[in-house]
Amino acid sequence: MLNTSRPCQPQSGGFSFEDSRRNAVLEGNLSELGYSSPKARKTGTTIAGIVFKDGVILGADTRATDDMVVADKNCMKIHYIAPNIYCCGAGVAADAEVTTQMMSSNVELHSLSTGRPPLVVTVTRQLKQMLFRYQGHIGSSLIVGGVDVTGAHLYSAYPHGSYDKLPFLTMGSGAGPAISIFEDRFRPNMELEDAKQLVRDAIVAGIFCDLGSGSNVDLCIITQAGVQYLRAYDQPAQKGKKEGQYKYKPGTTAVLTKTVTPLPLDIVDESVQLMDTQ
Amino acid sequence: MAAATATRFCQQLSSVSDMSPDWTTKEVSTGTTIMAVEYEGGVVIGADSRTTTGAYIANRVTDKLTPIHDRIFCCRSGSAADTQAIADIVTYQLGFHSIELDEAPLVQTAANLFKASCYRYREELMAGIIVAGWDKRRGGQVYTVPVGGMLVRQPVSVGGSGSTYIYGFMDSNYKPNMTKEQCLHLVSGALSLAMERDGSSGGVIRLAAISESGVERQVILGNQLPKWSTA
Repeated sequence: MLNTSRPCQPQSGGFSFEDSRRNAVLEGNLSELGYSSPKARKTGTTIAGIVFKDGVILGADTRATDDMVVADKNCMKIHYIAPNIYCCGAGVAADAEVTTQMMSSNVELHSLSTGRPPLVVTVTRQLKQMLFRYQGHIGSSLIVGGVDVTGAHLYSAYPHGSYDKLPFLTMGSGAGPAISIFEDRFRPNMELEDAKQLVRDAIVAGIFCDLGSGSNVDLCIITQAGVQYLRAYDQPAQKGKKEGQYKYKPGTTAVLTKTVTPLPLDIVDESVQLMDTQ
Repeated sequence: MAAATATRFCQQLSSVSDMSPDWTTKEVSTGTTIMAVEYEGGVVIGADSRTTTGAYIANRVTDKLTPIHDRIFCCRSGSAADTQAIADIVTYQLGFHSIELDEAPLVQTAANLFKASCYRYREELMAGIIVAGWDKRRGGQVYTVPVGGMLVRQPVSVGGSGSTYIYGFMDSNYKPNMTKEQCLHLVSGALSLAMERDGSSGGVIRLAAISESGVERQVILGNQLPKWSTA
């Protein structure tokens, strides 16, 4: 499929695969020494969405992982696309973030051009066409939900460019536990409080049953009337209180000899740094 | 036809040893059973409703019968992304052609548009498509465009990973000049047999009958599937 007339020209912009072979050799050399190259940070996630009586509810956990270490304990996975359309992102964190920002700006321009508020199907179409164009190299799985003039809609988009339109959806590494909650308890046209509880339970299932998901539950409720973004709607995984003490009573160990040597030290510089332990 | 596990062009961004299960990294496939039959006055088409990513069922109520024009449908099998993209492209091309012509397009035209895309990009795509519909010139027609981009008209055609299990059933039970009801019976029977045996096919049976008067769609739910003697 020879599309360019000068195939030997180096490509400017877009993905560059020039270093792929070198990287593979380096990876091999590193693994011989027992090290591994850094991996792209994935949001190892649970995201979910349902259509209920008045609109759409999107839910997500808030843990971002770097391999087996939690990189961000409270990241935002529900992204703004338009005043009436929001999008949950799973997969590679950077890809999901940038893809949703691009969709948001495209949709705003399109909306200005048409003179109409955006449709959820427009976002999905632009999203899947872009993801298909990049043949899966953009590793973001997204759930797009919103309320437009035609009603409430929920779509999922996969990295290779396929999409599904369903009344309830889950994605990410915690999708298995979450979908089981939905399959058991989802009903069409649920009331707001029942629907919020259901999405919360689905995300909590992902948080407890999937290692890649954790921390808090974020909810985003979109209706004809407007949007309610409930950051940290629920915090199921609180840090536990220590039950016992590891300190020993003074006198547990007998002291045999004691030598005191005072060191003459002067304070040269003093600075205080506060650590954010929230 | 086989479930799309072609990883030749799918560079994984992380290794499989990640904490995420394989269905978060595998491509979405409509490992499928699809079928189309011509009868006097139209065509009957049918498909299962399962979309898989690896061993996980991403969508258990998929609609694989995609309208391309008022009386032309396509049945999709293979990679979900590839077939959705091709179907969108052909829908656009056929709609444009139809407006230029100022009349309803031929099924043969739609089939050739599918063939053109599937053959040109045959190395990059994994798509097995059955094009079926009704037009004024030749009535009900079924054209099959399997992986690779061949185009051939057949009175009855099956496709997808589950089709291998029903070639015998189809060869022995299809008779020329059947009525619409007989065709519906044949398609639903064949699909339920394939769904029983093929792990990548399942869910509900979606049927459509296309004729001069229009399109009639129906769904056969899981508990209403035709039953066979081996329980």
